Amino acid sequence: MQNMAQKNIAQTTQTPLTDCLLRLGDNALVLGQRHAQLCGKAPALEEELALMNVGLDLFGQARNWLGYAAELMAAERATDKVDADQLAFRRDAQDFRNLLLVEQPNGDFADIIGRQFLFDAWHVHLLDGLAHSSDPRIAEVAAKSLKEATYHLRRSSEWVIRLGDGTEESHTRMQRALNNLWQFTGELLQADEIDQAMLAAGIAPDLQTVATRWKATVEEVLEEATLERPSYDAWMYTGGKVGHHTEHLGFLLAEMQYLPRAYPDATVW
Amino acid sequence: MYAQLVETGSNKLKTLDEMDPEERQFQERINDEIKIEPKNWMPDAYRKTLIRQISQHAHSEIVGMLPEGNWLTRAPTLKRKLQLMAKIQDEAGHGLYLYSAMETLGADRDEEIDKLHDGRAKYSSIFNYPTLNWADMGTVGWLVDGAAIVNQVPLQRTSYGPYARAMIRVCKEESFHQRQGFQILLTMMQEGTDEQKAMVQDSINRFWWPSLMMFGPSDENSPNSAQSMAWKIKRHSNDELRQRFLDQTVPQLELLGCTAPDPDLKYNQETGHYEFGEIDWQEFFDVVKGNGPCNRERVEARRHAIDNGAWVREAAVAYAAKRQRRAA
Repeated sequence: MQNMAQKNIAQTTQTPLTDCLLRLGDNALVLGQRHAQLCGKAPALEEELALMNVGLDLFGQARNWLGYAAELMAAERATDKVDADQLAFRRDAQDFRNLLLVEQPNGDFADIIGRQFLFDAWHVHLLDGLAHSSDPRIAEVAAKSLKEATYHLRRSSEWVIRLGDGTEESHTRMQRALNNLWQFTGELLQADEIDQAMLAAGIAPDLQTVATRWKATVEEVLEEATLERPSYDAWMYTGGKVGHHTEHLGFLLAEMQYLPRAYPDATVW
Repeated sequence: MYAQLVETGSNKLKTLDEMDPEERQFQERINDEIKIEPKNWMPDAYRKTLIRQISQHAHSEIVGMLPEGNWLTRAPTLKRKLQLMAKIQDEAGHGLYLYSAMETLGADRDEEIDKLHDGRAKYSSIFNYPTLNWADMGTVGWLVDGAAIVNQVPLQRTSYGPYARAMIRVCKEESFHQRQGFQILLTMMQEGTDEQKAMVQDSINRFWWPSLMMFGPSDENSPNSAQSMAWKIKRHSNDELRQRFLDQTVPQLELLGCTAPDPDLKYNQETGHYEFGEIDWQEFFDVVKGNGPCNRERVEARRHAIDNGAWVREAAVAYAAKRQRRAA
């Protein structure tokens, strides 16, 4: 019985606040996991350090957001059986609430940088809003995460510019990455019921404002990078925020969750 | 020990009287425990030996990221994932400052990395063993970083200044890694399931002997040691360091409640040291020559990363040049 309860942890009804925290935590966790996959594969030693820096920040953020979500879920269910690790390692793909963008595979360095930049440009503005949240714990985590995300954005912007305005090959690769990833940016900017509830409660900022700022950042960087911005009216692939993912997430989780799933009786590691 | 069998290019030690004035002054400086700095005169063989040793050490840090990277995506908790990622990042950092120390000798990082990729340069034999279960992340920290520390603590006083100073920082971080590794094993042994305990013992069985081999061949088969010791690059013999490692490790092994895969391991009351069985030197030399379980894979992974990144590095150079032109 306990295992079934664990398995269905996020599928049971949860409050909009819990959902909001899962979205934040899962974005950081899944993108962090993509960085873990890059270990030993960076194009230069300095980048190896930088990629792991970003990964460490993201896993740290994931732990904070999921830890808070777990506390709320435990309180809702009057149990102490939920913690951040259970949320990370015992949920199935449909219970993950991350954006489709962050689960996209690593591909080449342009794909990695493109994914990071499109996310960072959104993350920074979102965290900036969350730092003024009416929920003090969210405000605190967001303020700390914002410092990290600001560095992430500076780094990813610089790389987009370097690759876009570097050689012919790097320009072609960067443009192709951008074109491929663009379809996943729609759900970053589109508010749904959860986002609206969070806005109404003063917990999260208006996604419209975040969207306006995201567009300004993206336009500025792409222009300097001599890259063409795909159309905002392009068809958008959405669903991550409600648990409808691309095929990539299942494999990412299968690898990440292997040990806790293979040894369900192990309570410590 | 991250540097093994470092060639010194000399089989016979010169006496002070046999040296010309420059070399004599250099040797006296070393005898007086004054550090050699990049701008000081040094014999060519000393410079070459150091380049070989420091580059081998740096390569070991970089290749050493791979067996741990193998489990980074499968670390079982967020805490362990953060710890492991931070450890691997420290290793990349150690690689960077070691390459920098090496460059003060006039060597070029890219050229030395090319030597790693085409098999001319070595790295520690230990990283050619596979990591097969999660407990290996504990064992690598405990035994491998543990053995590295025993070797590197004296290197903090090595005669070449930049290398000695790099080692001070490296040692601090590695002691932390070693304790963390031990903690992973202790947690599983004390609070884990039978399956987890079996993982720990299996891991120790596989890494025990390769860890002892990290100190390099026994003293009678270590032709380069005398010159390295005279230059005070090296301060203790391989066997001395191996014994020191074993003496500090066996009590920890007992604390874990695990055993070593060595029926001859026993404490000698009279000497106050642990005695151990015969090391399989054939295996050691095989691995050093490229015939270990993961040699080809490790070098291939490094080569692949650098080759795949060529277009990225070219783009960065091209962009920097464009910026410079625009600024001019």
